[in-house]
Amino acid sequence: MISYLESSYLEATARERLQRLFDPGSFQEFLPPSARVVSPHLGQLNAPVAFDDGVAVGRAQLAGRTVFVAAQEGGFMGGAVGEVHGAKLVGMLRRAIDEAPDAVLLLLETGGVRLHEANAGLIAVSEVMRAVLDVRAAGIPVIALVGGANGCFGGMGIVARCTNAIVMSEEGRLAMSGPEVIETASGVEEFDARDRALVWRTTGGKHRYLLGDAQALVADSIDAFRAAALAQIDAASSRPVALTLAALEAEHALLTDRYERFGHVREPMELWRAIGVTDPEALPLMEADVFVERVDAVRLGAR
Amino acid sequence: MDWQTLTAALFPQGAVITETHQVLTGEGTVDGGTVAVVGTTGHVPIGVETALAQARFILQTVREHPGRPILILVDTQGQRLRHRDEMLGINGYMAHLGKCVELARRSGHRIVALVYDQALSGGFITSGLMADACYALPEATIRVMGLPAMARITKVPEERLTELAVDNPVFAPGPENYLRMGGIEEIWRGDLAAALVQALQRASDGDVRSALGLARGGRGLAQRVVDAIVTGRDALSP
Amino acid sequence: MEHLTYVFKGGTRTLARQADVVGVVGSGNLEVLIESAPLEGDCSIAIATAAEGFGAIWEAVMTDFQARWQLRDARIAINDMGATPAVVSLRLDQAVETMLEAR
Repeated sequence: MISYLESSYLEATARERLQRLFDPGSFQEFLPPSARVVSPHLGQLNAPVAFDDGVAVGRAQLAGRTVFVAAQEGGFMGGAVGEVHGAKLVGMLRRAIDEAPDAVLLLLETGGVRLHEANAGLIAVSEVMRAVLDVRAAGIPVIALVGGANGCFGGMGIVARCTNAIVMSEEGRLAMSGPEVIETASGVEEFDARDRALVWRTTGGKHRYLLGDAQALVADSIDAFRAAALAQIDAASSRPVALTLAALEAEHALLTDRYERFGHVREPMELWRAIGVTDPEALPLMEADVFVERVDAVRLGAR
Repeated sequence: MDWQTLTAALFPQGAVITETHQVLTGEGTVDGGTVAVVGTTGHVPIGVETALAQARFILQTVREHPGRPILILVDTQGQRLRHRDEMLGINGYMAHLGKCVELARRSGHRIVALVYDQALSGGFITSGLMADACYALPEATIRVMGLPAMARITKVPEERLTELAVDNPVFAPGPENYLRMGGIEEIWRGDLAAALVQALQRASDGDVRSALGLARGGRGLAQRVVDAIVTGRDALSP
Repeated sequence: MEHLTYVFKGGTRTLARQADVVGVVGSGNLEVLIESAPLEGDCSIAIATAAEGFGAIWEAVMTDFQARWQLRDARIAINDMGATPAVVSLRLDQAVETMLEAR
């Protein structure tokens, strides 16, 4: 029996994460499974539907703060976004603008656009992206949590980087294209998808934290994600939540510098060494808190 | 249609646009004034450099030309599929470009996009689909992924996907399907310059694509799901 | 996809709560949506399954389930992606147990 404090975020289903991350019993679901709003497109491919189309959205309390939340179920269609799934995200985000919670939390576990719904999925992801930015424009911080087995990929990897902050575990991955897609397109020398260690050095939580794309790196525990999410919500109030020209110019400088310094690098560990990590080989084996302590002084700027 | 012919047709009063590593930047003249032009050509894959170059131009436009409308010309094969781009965090570079477009919008710039050749997945999400309204030429191809790759990933036989891609709105790559689904505002035929002027004059009133998709019959559920959640109902309107 | 429906009469146990869902529609798994519903005492079970041709097994599992729980005024809907009978029974039992807990 796993105690509350130790329960794994990775192993949990979306609904288990919602029950354990937020204040007990506080999650209230919008358009629950009993509404039976299922995908209108999966039937023609003879694929099964899910009553929540792979995402639960609603309102919850987090240490007394009111938050709106979405939790994607990686076990259904890889958490990928179809018409209904995307519309549930957009509906929650638009309702957040009406009700002004303290924050919006996105528990992202997704391959991106649901290929089974192709065109509808692509437009849906774009609508989610616009809606996230609308929430930020309304002054409500949006925090992404990435720690599921399927990672956060594709168009949703872009959406994740439109939020105010990303909390990741080492097990989480955040990227655009999966290693198999790259290997198929450009060959195994380009990216060997079976080299799991390389996959995580390239797209995993620790690497993203070192780059500054993730703002927090936590252990694989729901309690750790909860604490980090709270910290990010509180930290968000000390910076502009909406986009500003100054912030985007700063981000532009950061991204340009990153590309100029490391655009030629083939192995992520070279990058870690170049930014000042003295023993990069040891990083993958470190516990989250030890890792953070070790790299905080040298990791690249946030955002 | 190549970008030179396209921009000559869009800007009969003149345009100065340059291409550097398949990224287009420049300006065109219309009756109301000057339009900033940014985009891609040669079906370029959007990598770190391509995203940065377009973002730089948009930030410059916001800083130096307040209120100037922006035209995004889309021709891309999607995100660049390289280890190095993933390592650097290409999703963040693409998000940065999208955020720059959003900032321009919030700062009062009207943003119009035109798919004049290809638009695929991530490369499209981050540019054309961030515009106030996205348009397409009739010969444009808009899709999520090539069929062989889709078949491999979904485990749906390629023959079945090919069958569906002929006329099923969810799978067929033509702009007509995106039009019906609300992703594309209009397909431009004939007088491109007039179409552009009209598009620039329209008001920007938020993201109305799911409402368009419902009205046009291409996406029957999206807007109704959004409405049900926003109004706190547990069932969709009929 | 195959669609199966079973209706059981004569059940005696009603559910305390309104609705719940357990399980995930992934390979070898299933989701069970269970609701209290005014069905004149019936327990109705609707199954959508990606594994075709197992009607006899589903019937046996559902019959056992009803014998175990004797539900009345209950509506159960299943989306199945090839779960074994053991997993199906497990999820059904989990679903009932969540509905019998007071909230």
